[in-house]
Amino acid sequence: MISYLNPAPDDRPEGSDGIDQMGHFVTGELDLSHGVALYLEDITVSFDGFKALNNLNLAIDAGELRCIIGPNGAGKTTMMDVITGKTRPDSGKAFFGQTIDLTRLTEPEIAHVGIGRKFQKPTIFEQHTVFENLELAMKTDKRVWKSLMAWLAGDERDKIAETLRLIRLDKEADRQAGLLSHGQKQWLEIGMLLMQEPKLLLLDEPVAGMTDDETMRTAELFVSLAGKHSLVVVEHDMAFVEKLGGKVTVLHEGSVLAEGDLATVQNDQRVIEVYLGR
Amino acid sequence: MRKPFILRLLSSLDSKQWLALGVFLALALVAVPVLHLAVPEESAFHVSTYAITLVGKIMCYALVAVAMDLIWGYGGILSLGHGLFFALGGYAFGMYLMRQIGRDGSYQSDLPDFMVFLDWKELPWFWLGSDHIGWMGFLVLAVPAAVAFVFGYFAFRSRIKGVYFSIITQALTYAAMLLFFRNETGFGGNNGFTDFKRILGYGITTSEMRLVLFGLTALALAATLVFAAWLVKSKFGRVLTAIRDAESRVMFIGYNPLWYKLTIWVISAVLCGIAGALYVPQVGIINPSEMSPGNSIEIAIWVAVGGRGTLIGPVIGAFVVNLAKSWFTVSFPEYWLFFLGLLFIVVTLMLPQGLVGLWKKVMEKKGAVA
Repeated sequence: MISYLNPAPDDRPEGSDGIDQMGHFVTGELDLSHGVALYLEDITVSFDGFKALNNLNLAIDAGELRCIIGPNGAGKTTMMDVITGKTRPDSGKAFFGQTIDLTRLTEPEIAHVGIGRKFQKPTIFEQHTVFENLELAMKTDKRVWKSLMAWLAGDERDKIAETLRLIRLDKEADRQAGLLSHGQKQWLEIGMLLMQEPKLLLLDEPVAGMTDDETMRTAELFVSLAGKHSLVVVEHDMAFVEKLGGKVTVLHEGSVLAEGDLATVQNDQRVIEVYLGR
Repeated sequence: MRKPFILRLLSSLDSKQWLALGVFLALALVAVPVLHLAVPEESAFHVSTYAITLVGKIMCYALVAVAMDLIWGYGGILSLGHGLFFALGGYAFGMYLMRQIGRDGSYQSDLPDFMVFLDWKELPWFWLGSDHIGWMGFLVLAVPAAVAFVFGYFAFRSRIKGVYFSIITQALTYAAMLLFFRNETGFGGNNGFTDFKRILGYGITTSEMRLVLFGLTALALAATLVFAAWLVKSKFGRVLTAIRDAESRVMFIGYNPLWYKLTIWVISAVLCGIAGALYVPQVGIINPSEMSPGNSIEIAIWVAVGGRGTLIGPVIGAFVVNLAKSWFTVSFPEYWLFFLGLLFIVVTLMLPQGLVGLWKKVMEKKGAVA
């Protein structure tokens, strides 16, 4: 492990430094050929000396559904900020697929290469209708001129209608989004993510404030999305995590404490200590 | 099937709004000229030169208010420096008007009087081409656009928002005012430009010229309203209001707010430039006081009084406040600023949606009772 952290350049396995050699080509097409969708290596972020992330290493496979748990301040949200370009790491690498260097892209660019993010607090456009929320999120050319001249085509309307049914808001399509219930807002935000057709979805506490019924339906939706998409779910609700059934990563003080299926992680002595206090 | 652009423009107003716009244009382009030229002065129906100049001036202000509404009401960006763009447009057209004076100035020189006074022997380079109305018309648009683009690019790229942005725009217009106060800057110092004589060789104070300027201003205001209505109803407009309400979400779904803000900012500045160019020949003077911070704040008050994010509200606000101003400054000149401050406080506290919001509320209540 230690030797891997600081390899001498010549010791690297052949091809692993190709990324550096390619220079500005690193922002090319998404390449999932090696089966890894997201790859974080030795990410460190500090705020005024406090290390929010401390040599964090994480790899998410293409099509994987991963849950991230951890006590408050473990660095879950900071990790999402790094992946989506909101926060630049002090050191370390963040790659999307084989070729896309996330530390060099802006937030909109990262959205375009295929990473969608749901915030902890539902963040939707409250003054717009549900339909318009989905329309704005839809994958398309998002430059100014295109928006000035944009006109919804038939197949685009169909796509919005399809997503409306999926998130069970088809009856609310023309309602102002700010008037929805909390759970519906969460679903709308998930719908907006889906409209972007992302390859990787980052979901920060997606079921907070949902009823049990809504929570279970959300779990079913996420499980059905895995395979086509990679999902990273940050959640405190253990019933939800169990229902999702994927691999679980425990973060603590900015680095990975444990990784494995939920049962293994829950029986890990260090995890129990962190959650129950020393 | 894509809808042709002209049809989209037509569908941006509903039939009632088109009717109102038509009535407004008929009044401005037909009724006012007839009542001014054909009706004798003693008649109660005569429209006086004073009234034409006053309403023409306020229509310029209304145009500025609509421009302000685009950036503030829809974009959520409060500019307190829009007076600068208005003045830049005014100065650009004022330069042409100064050259049209020809040798009729006090010094009978080819140069504008203030340059003779400064003992300049030839026109500075930036006055080159100022005798061509086409070139100066271009500058009316290009100078505010260029200043807005450069300033906006750096401000929005640095993600300067809210009150910080407002303060910087105040500083910008104040700095420009100080610059234009200097005689060496080459725009007539604190006297600015005045004593205009002609446009395209025709006398500027004739009734016909006044009516032409009045009509052009009305057309410009109407066209701006149609354009703005189309803009805010386009997807661009929806992205803009989305940026106002949740900028981070907009970024994470792949829009770069920088270019959206910059676009509306530049459009808004250009509209102000047009308004300034129409304003100067009608009032007959432009000087650096147009760039004073207070003027820009007043623009925001017009919009707030009329109702933000409504397009028609700012027009109403500009008329109400300025008509009140022209009455107050004659009857109780020393109390005008107190009244303006009071108006702003009352509107902010009691009418957050302005007069248009009040009107909507009243209509809703009526509907509920009926």
